[in-house]
This record gives sequence, structure tokens and C-alpha cells, in this order.
Amino acid sequence: MTYSALKIFKEALTGHKGWKPVWRKSIAQNSYDIIIIGGGGHGLATAFYLAKQFKQKKIAVLEKGWVGGGNVGRNTTIIRSNYMLNKNQAFYEFSLKLWERIEKDINYNAMVSQRGIINLFHSDAQRDSYIRRGNTMRIHGTDAILLNQDEVKKKYPFLNYDNARFPIKGGLWQPRGGTVRHDAVAWGYAHAADKYGVDIIENCEVVGFDIANGKCLGVKTNKGNIKANKIGVAVAGNSSKVMNMAGMRLPIESHVLQAFVSEGLKPILPGVITYGAGHFYVSQSDKGGLVFGGDIDGYNSYAQRGNLPVVEDVCEGGVSLMPMIGKARLLRMWGGIMDMSMDGSPIIDKTHISGLYFNGGWCYGGFKATPASGYSFAHLLATDTHHEVAKNYTLDRFKSGLTIDEKGQGAQPNLH
Amino acid sequence: MIINHPLLGPRDSSEFTYRGDAVLLNRPDPNSESLLNDYYEYQYIRNNTHGFMKELWFHEQGDRSWLVVTRNTLTHEIIKVELASEYKRENK
Amino acid sequence: MILVNYDKILKFQFNGKHYEGYEGDTLASALLRENVKVVGRSFKYHRPRGIFGSGSEEPNALVKLEGSNTHEPNRRATSIKLYDGLKANSQNYIGNVKFDILALNDYIHPFISAGFYYKTFMWPKSFWEKVYEPIIRRAAGLGTLSTEPDPDRYDKGYLHCELLIVGSGPAGLKMALDASRNGKKVILVDEDFIMGGQLLSNEIDINGSSSLQWVEQTLSELRNSSNVRIMTRTSVYGVYDHGIYGALETVTDEIERPGARQILWRIYANKSVLASGATERPIAFPNNDRPGVMLASAVQTYNKRFDVKCGDNISLFTNNSGANLSKISNLIDTRDGSHIVNVHGRNLIRSITLNSGKKINSDCLAVSGGWNPNLQLTCHKRGRPKWNEKLSCFVPDNSNLPNNMYVIGSANGSFSTQSVFNDVSDLSEQLGYRITEKIKTEDNPLNLKPFWFVKSKKRSWVDFQNDVTVKDITLAHQEGFSSVEHVKRYTTLGMATDQGKTSNVIGLAVLADATNKTIPETGTTIFRPPYTPISIGAFAGAHKGKHFKPIRLTPSHEFASENGATFVDTGYWKRAQWFSQDKEVTWRDSVDREVLMTRNSVGICDVSTLGKIDIQGKDAGKFLNKIYINTFSTLKVGKCRYGLMLREDGIAMDDGTSARLSETHYIMTTTTAKAGSVYSHLEFCRQVLFPNMDVHIISTTDQWAQFSIAGPNARNLLSKIIDPSFNISNETFPYMACAEITICSGVRARIFRLSFSGELAYEISVPSRYGDALIRKLISAGKEFNVTMYGTEALGVMRIEKGHAAGNELDGRNTPVNLGLSGLMAKKKDYIGKTLSSREKLSGNETMVGFLSVNPSDKLTNGSHFVNIGDKILPENDQGHMSSVAYSPILERYIGIGFLKNGKDRYDETLKAIDFLQNNHVEVKVVSPHFIDPNGDRLRA
Ligand SMILES: Cc1cc2nc3c(=O)[nH]c(=O)nc-3n(C[C@H](O)[C@H](O)[C@H](O)COP(=O)(O)OP(=O)(O)OC[C@H]3O[C@@H](n4cnc5c(N)ncnc54)[C@H](O)[C@@H]3O)c2cc1C
Repeated sequence: MTYSALKIFKEALTGHKGWKPVWRKSIAQNSYDIIIIGGGGHGLATAFYLAKQFKQKKIAVLEKGWVGGGNVGRNTTIIRSNYMLNKNQAFYEFSLKLWERIEKDINYNAMVSQRGIINLFHSDAQRDSYIRRGNTMRIHGTDAILLNQDEVKKKYPFLNYDNARFPIKGGLWQPRGGTVRHDAVAWGYAHAADKYGVDIIENCEVVGFDIANGKCLGVKTNKGNIKANKIGVAVAGNSSKVMNMAGMRLPIESHVLQAFVSEGLKPILPGVITYGAGHFYVSQSDKGGLVFGGDIDGYNSYAQRGNLPVVEDVCEGGVSLMPMIGKARLLRMWGGIMDMSMDGSPIIDKTHISGLYFNGGWCYGGFKATPASGYSFAHLLATDTHHEVAKNYTLDRFKSGLTIDEKGQGAQPNLH
Repeated sequence: MIINHPLLGPRDSSEFTYRGDAVLLNRPDPNSESLLNDYYEYQYIRNNTHGFMKELWFHEQGDRSWLVVTRNTLTHEIIKVELASEYKRENK
Repeated sequence: MILVNYDKILKFQFNGKHYEGYEGDTLASALLRENVKVVGRSFKYHRPRGIFGSGSEEPNALVKLEGSNTHEPNRRATSIKLYDGLKANSQNYIGNVKFDILALNDYIHPFISAGFYYKTFMWPKSFWEKVYEPIIRRAAGLGTLSTEPDPDRYDKGYLHCELLIVGSGPAGLKMALDASRNGKKVILVDEDFIMGGQLLSNEIDINGSSSLQWVEQTLSELRNSSNVRIMTRTSVYGVYDHGIYGALETVTDEIERPGARQILWRIYANKSVLASGATERPIAFPNNDRPGVMLASAVQTYNKRFDVKCGDNISLFTNNSGANLSKISNLIDTRDGSHIVNVHGRNLIRSITLNSGKKINSDCLAVSGGWNPNLQLTCHKRGRPKWNEKLSCFVPDNSNLPNNMYVIGSANGSFSTQSVFNDVSDLSEQLGYRITEKIKTEDNPLNLKPFWFVKSKKRSWVDFQNDVTVKDITLAHQEGFSSVEHVKRYTTLGMATDQGKTSNVIGLAVLADATNKTIPETGTTIFRPPYTPISIGAFAGAHKGKHFKPIRLTPSHEFASENGATFVDTGYWKRAQWFSQDKEVTWRDSVDREVLMTRNSVGICDVSTLGKIDIQGKDAGKFLNKIYINTFSTLKVGKCRYGLMLREDGIAMDDGTSARLSETHYIMTTTTAKAGSVYSHLEFCRQVLFPNMDVHIISTTDQWAQFSIAGPNARNLLSKIIDPSFNISNETFPYMACAEITICSGVRARIFRLSFSGELAYEISVPSRYGDALIRKLISAGKEFNVTMYGTEALGVMRIEKGHAAGNELDGRNTPVNLGLSGLMAKKKDYIGKTLSSREKLSGNETMVGFLSVNPSDKLTNGSHFVNIGDKILPENDQGHMSSVAYSPILERYIGIGFLKNGKDRYDETLKAIDFLQNNHVEVKVVSPHFIDPNGDRLRA
């Protein structure tokens, strides 16, 4: 199924009878060249780039629930490439470039909306560190602009300038940052991977690995055993659980992150705004809901739901920054399981088990990484070498000391 | 959540800060043969338990005790709360 | 039965017109009485909409509630208690609510079916963001948010009880009665402003009394029981772990009224009983969204409770025996094989066409498609309900309810009043309550034959607000979106402000039909908090604006305010940043003066914000050996030592000095920023790692006021206030000495000869209550030396001149090697971070060095990156970054410190410092970070 203007027009006039499923419902075969575990954004993107870019054949994505039911469909949809450390910035800028051509690549409108992201600062020290960060961005050819208080005020007149506990001093602005419709990313990659012949198998949970002599030969699932030459794991919050089936323990803790959306409101927010003095960031969806979030709850959890202290903390930050939103109402809140790594940066690497590859540790920021993660994981799976931008995201960095700690918090995942 | 502090009774979890898996109690012997590997595992590698796990909470807005809390990561149910110092002495 | 008070007239305005209603009305009931039929517009097609329900399930009648300068969007007219002077307006239209220009969307509906945007707007590429998206955004949203700050007050409160009862219908009231008579501490809440639930609109006989009499009798007993708290206008919006329930009480709907508008309660309950009733669901048929089509229960409520006739010619379309309407002109009962195939009339229905072809006139169509238990709260901990085939609805699954929650009454699928009361007696018995009264009442079981939607080529609405029709759901299925969660996301079914209260189950039925499965096979949807939308302002409460976070004031704050201080936020502290004097224009004027006066004579800075931790015990020295990379057990009593501590991963965590006051007593200082985390780290080490050490610690940051007195005249100044029995001459009290002394005739004090500035300097601390007096004393005693106060800015300048690392350098990524402090790392003892700091690649090759601009007049900027001269500005050529910069009034030029690859080996090399953000690229020379007095002669003077 290819979408075109003509097709849309025709279908509208003929009662939409000709639309086919966005992706086929596949049934698992006995063996594949490559199996990807996890039908989230990263798994699907990996499968797509494997098929399209790296010309691999016989690929399956195994998803225990339904496509997009994990974090890819639960996040607050922010994309940006505004990192301070070179090793991260290279990767996320690559990702942003892939986002900028995504609809062409996948023939699906994921509604990439680059209306800008601003990180506000409230102190000189914060300003200094944002300048360092902005300069990293510029050195990578990324757009980054330092705004002073007046410039911020002009762009975002509704913020709290007069009565703030921590007055806004300025902001680091990335015009190319923005949001993407999260579900459409999952569906779009599924749609595009499907077109290249990838089997997407839903309701298929991996429950074990077939490992012999240090080599991974296949997976065990609730729908039977499936053989594969290579197996890539991209299961986000369930990373430890799945890798444990292969006898591995990871530098990862799973934590819950909550997200919130308000009732639909006429658009007022330009782009994404991140508060620098509290845990609050916000954007407004094309349907008008204020989509916002803050910090993780802070304790290990697989429950996909959070508790009240964080809800209150986030709303306190929100109202302090944007006093007008006191009158907006919170419509839904939910939680996702975050694969919080020990240095806050992800892992895309082979494992000591031959044929088994791992992608995870995305923390609360893996949505924006989806295209680059998929691309570089596909690169690794197809060529057995790291893609240039992801070569530092190794598993052994914790042992060697080459950790990539953007926040400087050390091995305490709930602080990243 | 409510944590039933062994000395102070039930307390709202917002009085506490969280540190993670109670394996942190077992700081490796600095004279061990496999020193570097022991510390690497101690500091970075986690079971990330699905189900009941022992974990460390600090009563920061209270009596500043470190507690070992046995809590289910699937349901958040708490079945045991102990003082970390006592726990450590008893489980030496 | 009538519960409006005709003696109390309330005047209000809607869409600019004046109306009247009565005490006891909701805005909806008053509008209906005044014959206002079109109240709002739908989200996508902008179809005119009237009032559909009578409570929090209302999908259509959303209005903007006005204040003087602000307003609240998206309020349900059915849940606004009418008040005198209320002003409300319709929303989501251009033009007027009856002739909305955007209703054009309704005519192009084939082009904008479910999920249309995913498949289109891709050509040409640049058009999405420039053309299409702006158009979509202009049409998006429902109400407008005022851009004015929310002027209202919100309070928060905490309640504890043994039994929380949600819902005050027959089930909740009787449950409360049983619990109360058994002496339980009960909280009974209801979202309505009158207690009674269904009994307020149903006339039935309960033990011989009318339902209303029974309600009043019961309430009066409950009100007189001291162990019962009754909360109207309170909705429990969420269930959280360990018996915590979130509830929102609306005190008033009036905005900008003094006092709190809403109170957010956190209720800690041992047990809870959900008696939240059930919500009627409609049936989907063509044009079923027209004004005049209403839920049958709403028509009945308006009639009985509010004395409002919803039409002159009311028809009832039903699939069950539950609808209990008096005067209806036409009955269309699907159990007899009849159903509706179309509805005519735009702003109000005129007539109805039946499947028989018959057309009947009607101005109000009451619809009943059965009942859905209000079981939302049972799912908040991710439990799922189960399907009850007989009742044709989801009911709570007792096997996965939140702990200690019980569900009774129609929330539990008990649809006759007698069965509701039976539920209560069963539960009371289960809970071991003594039952005081058995109830006999109506016992008509619900007779229902499922009928969900009319198959038609026309559009039949499932989700009214979001304009999701039966066709949209079947299209979603056709495109492969057959899991419920996919359908919700693809079509936006159930995502509107009513949270699918009337639409979810019908949507599921449509999907089941399309997939040829039963409803339970098709799936369930799970409910998340909040049960009903909650103002963000209520969650924030009073913690907003200047009260967002607490403020900590230093002991010299008042004095500083009197003396021209500008304050800076560091954490929660307000610290003096600099002190402006008369002729000083810019902040630099003040800071330069403070530095020069200090370096030339003497200056004083309040350093009370530094963390101070008291460490005592036999093993205190041993303990500190574990904490710091250098050794403290060997420190002599009466001496201080600089110490650096690491995290276990080998990265520098914090630095500061510790002083030994006695064999068993140390005082540690930490940086301001890390005071809290270092303290908790020490407790961690003490309790978790080394519980057998004899050591105790306590934070005394707030207990001691501490001042740094620095400059060549520091000793002279200090001598003036120190009691004569103490001698602080260089010989008896050399650099790094410390002592407990008295000052000003007997005030207890501690004195440390420490220097952050590089000058001859002391830190003196006194119990906090003397802080203000001490600073005043010091300043007056220092007049003869031309003493100055200095703020954090001058403090920063002097520490950079001296080359000390501070927060910008201790940024959680640097090791002692990076900081040039590897010499401190003890070889023999074990300490936190020792092992992992030895990882081969941890430190990389960056080290801390100093920088000067090659051209002395060039400004250095913090956050610049370095590249070698001649190299392209590319990531691979990045040599490091500038971490701290200051203008040195002593050197009369900018100086900086930063981290540079192989920095220590590159002194005198010239590099380019790149700052794109501030457009400041300058050539810099690498130098030692110790810009003044590298040998430390001054501080030892
Ligand atoms: C509330 C919230 C807000 C966020 N906000 C942002 C944001 O604004 N910007 C940003 O960049 N990132 C954000 N994130 C993070 C981001 O969503 C994730 O990092 C990212 O989506 C993870 O990758 P994924 O899409 O592949 O994960 P998922 O979508 O979770 O995919 C993993 C899949 O693996 C499946 N799976 C698990 N175990 C098995 C098994 N045994 N067998 C088969 N399948 C299995 C799961 O069902 C799941 O579908 C947020 C996350 C949350 C929860």
C-alpha cells in the first residue's frame, strides 16, 4: 500500500473501500536471517533499515503485545539534538537529520514538527553550561542560539517573568527541535518495513533463547521456537528481563516515568519549553493537548504507572513557569518503563554471545533516537561493525571507564 | 507509597530518597583478587529484579536512617522494612 | 422530588444573553429550562451540539466559564453548579455557535476520515510544517486558555480514614451508615453537590419511605456522627499505592473568588468502597449527535430533580427495561425489532425515521443502550474488568482490584435497588460489621438485549466530542488497527475530555462486530487516572510563583539587604552576589572594588551556606579516611586539611576542608551545592557500608553562621573581636590551624585559618543566632581597615585567580587526575572510589589548566571550546572547554580555567577559544591555573 495524493482523493470519493492494512499481519516462520525482539520504535526502525539500507532478507520483528504499545506510544514526543558531550551530539544530530526526511523514507506522515525547543536557564552557572553545550552543538553543525531574557520574553510572552522564585535569565534555543507524532512513528516504520518484506509478528513474546556453545541460535516464544542467524534485542524497559533469559545482567535499572496531557486547547505554545528550575517540560500537540512531563518517579518499577508526589511536583513546576496553565485541566496521565542506564547514555553493541546483539539503556530520551538507533543497530547487525556515530555506546565502557555521563551523576540511574 | 519505618511507623514515600538495589550494601573487599571486576559489578551491574527486591531508601526528610525495603517492582507492594545498619550486621 | 428552590433566583449569562435559574440548578438544567438547545460545537466537524447527559459523562456541552480577566475553558455545563452572576460562553466556533464557519469541515468529511493526516500532507515535503500543520493547528483544540496567570487559589489537604466510600447513592449511603454505626472512621464523597445519587431522580419506596426521605434521614444521622466526614463536590480522581487516594473538592465554581476554588485532598484509607454507580450509554445511529438527542437517564434527571422538560414531544429509543420516563410520546424498543435509521433537524431534532420507514415528529429523543458500571477506579492499578454477558457490560473483576477496595451497587453490576442494598449487607458482613437495619425496596432486574449501533451508510456517532463514527472504527479495522489500543489511538476514540465514559464500550462493540469476535475477545480498555479532568492549578496548590520552592536566608541577609546587596539564587539559598555602592554603575564596578579592597586590606563574605557536618566518635578519623582520597586520621588536633572525596565510580564528588577539634571530633565543610548529597553519602557510608564503625554524624549547616575574613588585615581585624585569652598570631595559629574560642566577651566561636581567596584568611563561625550581630560587629570594627563585604561574584574571581576548582570543575565527570589533584590520592589505604578510579580510560587525557587571552584586551567567555590554531572547527578537533572565567582586577585582564587535552604539557601553547553562541572567538595562551601567588606566601603570612 503506497500513499499518494491521488489515492487519498480516490478513496474519499469511493467510500474508503480500497484501503489495506498499514502492515500485514504475519505469522512466524520457522527461521529467519535476522530476528528483532521488540516492536517498538527502535525494533521496527532497525528492521526497516536492515531491509532497505542494508539489503538484508528474511527479517522478523517479534512483539509481545501490539506494535507501538511500549514506550514509543507513551512518550512525550520530543525530538532534539542539543547535547553537551561530543559522543552524544554526533549521534543525536544524525538522528535529527533522519527525522527530517522520515516521511519520504517511510511514506507515512509522522508529523515531524520542528517548531523549536528552548531550555531555559535561571542562573549564571546554568547559562555557562548551556553555552558549553550550545558550542558543542555548533561545532557539530547543529543549530543553537543563545537567547537573553528579552528575546525569550518576545517568543514566549506567557511565561512567568514578574513573580518567579527563579526568574528566567535566558535560554538555549534549538530551532530544529520539536515533536513527532509518536504512534505514527511506530506505524510508519511498521508500514515501511512491511513493504520491504519484513514480517511483523504481534502477540509473540520471546520467553527464552536457544544458546549453545556461546552462540545464539534462535528464540523461544509463546508461539513456538524460531531459528535465526542473528538476533537483535530492542525491548527498552524490559531489557534486563529479556537479556536475563540469555544469562546476562546489565548496567540498567527499570524506572517509571510519567507523562501527562491536558484537555484540548486552542494552540498557544510554540514548540517545546523546558523549565530549568523545576522538573517540567511541555509542548502542545496538533490536537491541542498540552503534553508535559518531568522527572522519573525515582524507584525501580515495572508497573507502568506512577505515584502522586511526582504528579504534584511536575504541576508545581508547570504553574510556576506558566501561570496560565493553572486553569487547564489534566486529562490523562500514564507511565512507561524506562531502561535507565548507569551513565544515562544508551548501549548499542554485540554481546559476548555470538549472534546476540543488544540495544537499550535509552532512559527517558530514546524516542528522538529512534531513527539513528534503528540505523546504527541495523549497521551493527548487518556488518558486525559499529556505525561511526554509535561506536561509543558499548557495553564495556563501564568497565574501561569510558562512560558518557551527560548529567554528571555517576552510576545512579534515578539521577540521570 | 507508604513506607512503614521500623522506628517511626508509616511514612509517606515522599519523605525518602531512593538509592536502588540493596546489593550496594555489599561493597567488595578492597583486598580481593578480582578487585576491578568486583567493583565494576558492584557499581554498575544490576539484577533489575522483576518482582520482590531489596532496595535502599534514605529517610532524608526524617530521621536520616537508611532502610532496606523489600518491595515488589511489579505491584509496588512492600512486605518488609528494616534498618540498613541492623540488616547489614545481621547478614554479615 | 424537585430539588431546585424556586424562591432563590440566580441570574446568569450565556453567550451574552441574560437568563435566570434557581438555586439547586446546574448550568445545564438552567439552560434547558430556558430552552437553549445549541450549547457547543464538536471537535472535528464542528457540528452543533446540545446537552446530552447530566453529569461528568457529558461529551457535548462544554463551555467557557468567564472571570473578569480570565476564564476556564472546556467546563461541562452539566457539572457547574449555577451561581448568581455566572457568565459562560460557547467555544470552538468561528462566527457564532449556531452558524459556525468551521462547520464546513462537516461537508468535506470524506476527506478527513480517521487517521487521514498520516496518509497525506507529505507532498511537497516542505509543505507539512509551513502550510498544512499551521492550518491543522488553527483548527485544533476545543476551548482557549487565557494567557493571563491563573488568579485562583488552590489548597491541599490530607485526610485519614478507615473506610473511604466513593459515591452517595443507595449503596454508598447505606454502607456509610453501617460503617458509622460500627464506629468506623468514614469519609463519604460524591462529585455531585447533593448527596443521594440515583435516589435524587428515582422515586422508589425504601422501607416504607420515599427515596428522598430515606436519603435525608440517612444523611442527617451521618452528619451527626462524629466519625463520618461527608464531602460533596468531591471526586476521587485516582487510586495510588498503599491505600492513597487522590480527591478533588470543588469549593466554588466561581473563578477569582477569594478563598480556595478547589482543594486537592490526599486521602489515606485502610479500605475503600466504590459505590460510584453506573453511567447510561447511548446507541449509535445516524445523526445521533443532534441537539435534542439525550441520554434517557438525563431526561429523567432533568425532569424529576430539576423540574425541567427536555421536550414537548419526547421519544424513547431503548434496548432495555431500565429507562424510567414518565411522559413519552413514542417508544422505539429494539427488543421489539424497531430502531432508528435517521434523525432530522440541525440545531434541534424535528423528526425521526424508523426502520419501518415511519417518520415521527419529536423534539427530544431519549436514548438508552444499557448501563456501564463506573468502575474506572478499579483499573487505576492496571487491573482489568471482566465482561458480564447477562448485563452486557464490563463489571469489576474482584481478582484484580486495588488492595482493600470493594465494589458495591451498580458499580458492581447490581442494577436493581434491592440488589444494591444486598451488596451492602454482604460487604458489611464480610467486614464484620454488625448490621442494624435490613432494607426492602424495589427489585426489578434489568431486562436488556444488546443493541449497539444501527448499520448504515450514514455517519453514526460513537465518540461525540471527538467526532468518531462507526465508520471510522470500521475503517481503522480495515487498515489493520484491530487491537483496541490501536483503534483508540488511530481514531481518537475515548480520548476526549469525557474520557470515553459514553463511547468506549460501544466502540468496542463496533470493533467486535467488524472483527467477528465477541466483545471480551476483542478486548477491554483500561482506565487511567484521573477519573475526571483535574485543574493543573489544583495539583500545584500553593507551590507556585515566588512560593514554588522554599527560600533559605543567610545569617547576614538583613545586613546585606541594608547594604546594597544583589542576591543570587544558589539552590534554595539567597546569597549576596555583590554589594553596590554609591557611584557604581555596573556589577563589575562593585565586584572589582570588592576584590581589590579584600586583596589590599580585608573583606568579609558570608559562607554559612557551605555544608557543615559534625563528625564524632572513636572511629571518626578512620571513617574520614574512607571518605576522602587523602588521609585524615593523621591530622593533628587543632588542624584543618583540604580533602577531596570521590563517588565510588572514581569521579570527584565534592571537596572542602575538615578540621579536627579533638581526637574524636571533626568538622567537615562541603560546597554549598553538595551539602545535602554529601551528607546523605556520609550516612550511607556510615549505616550501609561501615555500620560497625563508632562514628556519628549530623548536619549543622543551619546551626552555625560562618564568615570568611580575608586579606592582609584579616588578623588585625579579627584580633579586635577575639577574647584576649586567645592568641591568633601566625606562630601560635598558623595556616590551617583551627580552634574553639570565644569572641566579644564570651560568645562561643570556632575559628579556622583557611583561605579560598589565596589571602591571609580565617573562617569564623558562631551559633547562627549571633550571625547578624557578628557581621555588624566585624564591619564596624573593620572601619579602620577600610573593610568591605564581598559577594559570591568576588569570591569567584578570587578563587579563579588562585586556581581553585569549584562547581564548574567538579561537574561530576572529572577525576582527581583531571583536576590536577592526583597527588592527594593515598596509595596505602582504601577509600570510596579508589578501585574504580584506577580504570585505565576513566580520566582520559584532559587536565585543568589556566588560560589568558593572547591579546590582553580580549574577553574570555565561559563555555568556549578549544581548537588548535589552524585546525578546522570540527568535533574531532575539539580540545576541551573553558569552565570558569573571570575578569581579574589585579591582573587587569580576563583569566580562565578549563580542561584541555594533555593540558599540563601544553603551557605557553596558543589555541583558539571558540564561542559561537556569543560570537567570541579569541586566541588564548595555556598557562598554569594559579594566576596569583602560586607559592602561597600570602596565605601563610
Ligand atoms: C512518559 C515517557 C515520556 C518520554 N518522553 C520522551 C521524549 O519526549 N523524547 C524522547 O526522545 N524520548 C522520550 N521517552 C523515551 C522513549 O519513549 C523510549 O526511550 C523509546 O521509545 C524506547 O525505544 P522503543 O520505542 O523501541 O521502546 P518500546 O516502544 O517500549 O519498545 C519495546 C518493545 O519491546 C516489546 N517487548 C518487551 N519484551 C518483549 C519480549 N520478551 N518479546 C517480545 N517483545 C517484547 C515491548 O512490548 C515493546 O513494544 C519517553 C518515555 C516515556 C515512558
